[in-house]
Amino acid sequence: MISQFAIVLFDGFAFGMLLFVLSVGLSVTMGLMNFINLAHGAFGMLGGYVAVTLMRQMGMPFLAALPCAFFAAALLSIVLERTLFRRLYRAGELNQVLFTIGSVFVAAAVATYVFGTVQQVIPMPSWLRGSVEVLGLRLNVYRIFIIAVALAVTALLVFGLERTRLGAQVRAAVDNQRVAQGLGMDVERIFAVTFALGSGLAGLGGALAVEIVGLDPSFGFHYLVYVLIVVAVGGLGSVTGSFVGAALLGIGDVAGKYFMPEVGSFLIYLIMVAILFVKPLGLFGKR
Amino acid sequence: MFKKTALAALGLGLALSTSAYAQETIKVGLILPYSGPFADAANQLEAGVNLYVAKHGDTVAGKKIEFIRKDTGGPNPDVAKRLAQELVVRDGVDIIAGFALTPEALGAADVATEAKKMMVVMNAATSVVTEKSPYIVRTSVTIPQVNYVFGKWVAEKGGVKQAYTLVADYGPGLDAEKSFAKGFTEAGGTIVGADKTPVANPDFSAFVQRVADAKPEAVYIFIPGGAQPAAMGKALADRGLTPPNVKLFGQGELTHPEALESMGDTANGIITTFHYTLERDDPMNKEFVDGYHAANNGRSPDLFSIGGYDGMHLIYETLKKTNGDASGDALVEAAKGMAWQSPRGPMSIDPETRDVVQTVYIREVQKVGDKLQNVIIDQIADVKDPNHGAAQ
Amino acid sequence: MTNAALTPDPHAWLKARGRWSPFEIAFWAATLLPFFFFPSYLPLASQIAIAALFAISVDLVLGYAGIVTLGHAMFFGIGAYAAGIISSRYGWTEPLTGLLFAGLVAGAVGFIASFLIVRVQHLALLMITLGLGLLTYELANAMSWLTGGTDGLMGIDIAPIFGVFNFDLWGRTAYAYSLAGLFVGFLLSRRIVHSSFGLALRGVRENVRRMPAIGSEHRVHLQKIYTISAALAGIAGALLTQTTETASLQTLNFERSADVVVMLILGGTGRLYGGILGAAIFMIARDQLAGINPQYWYFWIGFLLMLVVLTMPKGILGGLARLAGRRDE
Repeated sequence: MISQFAIVLFDGFAFGMLLFVLSVGLSVTMGLMNFINLAHGAFGMLGGYVAVTLMRQMGMPFLAALPCAFFAAALLSIVLERTLFRRLYRAGELNQVLFTIGSVFVAAAVATYVFGTVQQVIPMPSWLRGSVEVLGLRLNVYRIFIIAVALAVTALLVFGLERTRLGAQVRAAVDNQRVAQGLGMDVERIFAVTFALGSGLAGLGGALAVEIVGLDPSFGFHYLVYVLIVVAVGGLGSVTGSFVGAALLGIGDVAGKYFMPEVGSFLIYLIMVAILFVKPLGLFGKR
Repeated sequence: MFKKTALAALGLGLALSTSAYAQETIKVGLILPYSGPFADAANQLEAGVNLYVAKHGDTVAGKKIEFIRKDTGGPNPDVAKRLAQELVVRDGVDIIAGFALTPEALGAADVATEAKKMMVVMNAATSVVTEKSPYIVRTSVTIPQVNYVFGKWVAEKGGVKQAYTLVADYGPGLDAEKSFAKGFTEAGGTIVGADKTPVANPDFSAFVQRVADAKPEAVYIFIPGGAQPAAMGKALADRGLTPPNVKLFGQGELTHPEALESMGDTANGIITTFHYTLERDDPMNKEFVDGYHAANNGRSPDLFSIGGYDGMHLIYETLKKTNGDASGDALVEAAKGMAWQSPRGPMSIDPETRDVVQTVYIREVQKVGDKLQNVIIDQIADVKDPNHGAAQ
Repeated sequence: MTNAALTPDPHAWLKARGRWSPFEIAFWAATLLPFFFFPSYLPLASQIAIAALFAISVDLVLGYAGIVTLGHAMFFGIGAYAAGIISSRYGWTEPLTGLLFAGLVAGAVGFIASFLIVRVQHLALLMITLGLGLLTYELANAMSWLTGGTDGLMGIDIAPIFGVFNFDLWGRTAYAYSLAGLFVGFLLSRRIVHSSFGLALRGVRENVRRMPAIGSEHRVHLQKIYTISAALAGIAGALLTQTTETASLQTLNFERSADVVVMLILGGTGRLYGGILGAAIFMIARDQLAGINPQYWYFWIGFLLMLVVLTMPKGILGGLARLAGRRDE
């Protein structure tokens, strides 16, 4: 019984970490600019397609394809941010919703055109396949890998936010944008950099997700709901919040399905509604 | 004002497009989920339709076949009904066809009855579909058709006494669970546990763990095609739930080529039931598969493709039989009892239920050369849907 | 709003706002044109009218009361199933009472949900509406003994309207019925937004904190409008069920919630006509683009949405009003 519980916990945590990598960027950018970017999942989709294409067409190893997925999504986001999204910062949330949903439509159509509607298969290297015995538990190697990547990302983000100049600026801008601007910070530039980083992480998350959840042109829509739940439950602009929110969602989802399979499919929505009702700003939200 | 001009513009297009050649052409309306999460099904089905037309020409009984394609966006019966109405009243189609999903077919059934048009269901696999209109003919498969006999087979020839069922929690999954369990228990087997996974399921690990806890002798699985089979296969492998530790059974989607590629060697030994097998050794099937590969960048045909292909065969052959009379009554009458050799094997249309009768293949995943394949290990000829006529 | 301060008698001002303009009369006259000029587009026109009524119901809460919702399909779907279930399970086939029943059921659920809704704002509000919508969807799937699950509800049969007008293949009855539903729903909404209650709502939208200070019970107001909106959405759903004799899980899904918000913003929020126009443009564009290419039409829809935001930030109706030089609100 204990070992089964541990396995459920492990699987849920790994799934949560996948959601964390996919959504942390959105949390920070929304906290920073109040910019509702429903196209965030589309950057994840891009990362997934980049990784699959590089590996299948050019035989690139998985570990090399991951950073490429990150940079492809980050690069595209810089272009889009500079040309399109920046016009929307003052446009009101409804227009942001409409515009970014529109761009998800376009992204899905382009993906269908280029890659077709077929489910993409990512060829995993043999060292990431199968499972290992740890303390008598059979753990999936790939899930261990995802947890490791997510922890590394968290460490980098926390370190970056606490110890670097950019991090200090981001924290200041999230806490109080007007004062930060008054102190001479270029909030728009800070935002552009954060936006690129956040989208890059989504791209990385998308590449990691293919093996677990598959990839087709509806990816951008399908995972949008999960990403939004993580962001809202965790609280805007908080790395810790996203981490806890994602872990909670992943474990809650898997544990709910394991112990109460009849209600498993809507347990996470119940949890979310309950949390937000009690803490409308999310668990770690600042404003 | 805006609305007025927009509609006026539409009206112009309408005037130009309606039935100028009503006598020389036969119009076929294809209603499919071209966009949305089921777009791949629509794509594959249409590729089957196109392949048939490419092979047999676009003229039959002296008349040219013309297609009008309509997108439902998913399992929307209301949209399917509207599109069917439009096809009939605006485009003047003679035959409505397509229908990848059951709700689409159910939505359009009334229109077929009222307009007296033959409706060819090329996929939607719930038993009840053909009972909804006397003008419906089905060329795909029904879920009870392949699963009821499979349940019997598993107990009788598979030598399995106890099984756990794990199915997707939606219409087709529940149908599969019910008919498999019926066949299995009738032949002396016992169902030791049953779980249902949400249709939009990103992660199977919790359910697979429940199965592992029960330590069953065998597991029966039904999940929709696409990304889920591979995910399911991997989750099972993580728990050591693979043959020979445990016997795995399922409907054919579970081991489609992309899923096998993604699952790797852990898929070895999974036994599935299906009406179409890509690798079936048969000259007609080989020609079909080769033609399909050539026309679709190497993509393999699947159940949707074969449903579309045979659907077109039915349309062509019935038109030949009626000498080009495309009235619904004549076509449906011609379709009843029609039998032919398909790439899937011998099949026919039951004259009473207008539903498909065909061979069900039992296949096992085996390594052939260095590739995993579904190898046919047994077949059951002339299987009908077991539910028709039974009280619902 | 500034005009209000200048006009001495608020009731006279409200009355003036509520007067019918020639534009409006011409608009409603134009809705009859499809009967004569586009008879083969009536099934589409009927579903546009239903989507428009749904959009109006969302406009009442989003445009007039500032409640951003991503879950309104739950009321549309509850209405759709209510109308379908009394017909298929209990044999009640009379359409008008069925419509009323659906509105009552959806309104009752809306009233219960409103206790939750009025206590949250911003992102939490968005996510709670979304969460409730997804919950309802999953519940309807789980209760397949009642709803028919993913196959949809079967056996819906609707009697002719007034015992005379049968739902025909051309969709004449369907369009007349849906249009009548839209018009009645519109009249009701129009009356609400041009009443003092409507004004109070706009006050809440503009500044939640100030309303209690001037003695306005904003939560009660919000609950009231949310309930009315839910009932209207339910009636829209019931219209879809009755005109197509189908009810499926798709009436409840997230996509429908998102689409209706898109239609509303596209047309312009806080104007009632914005929802109607947005629904018409969105659905006609979708129908025509999908007719040209059923596989990639949504590329152009997405393009259209992005273009509208960049060129007409207040929606199409807002853009038109600006072009015509008419100031809004």
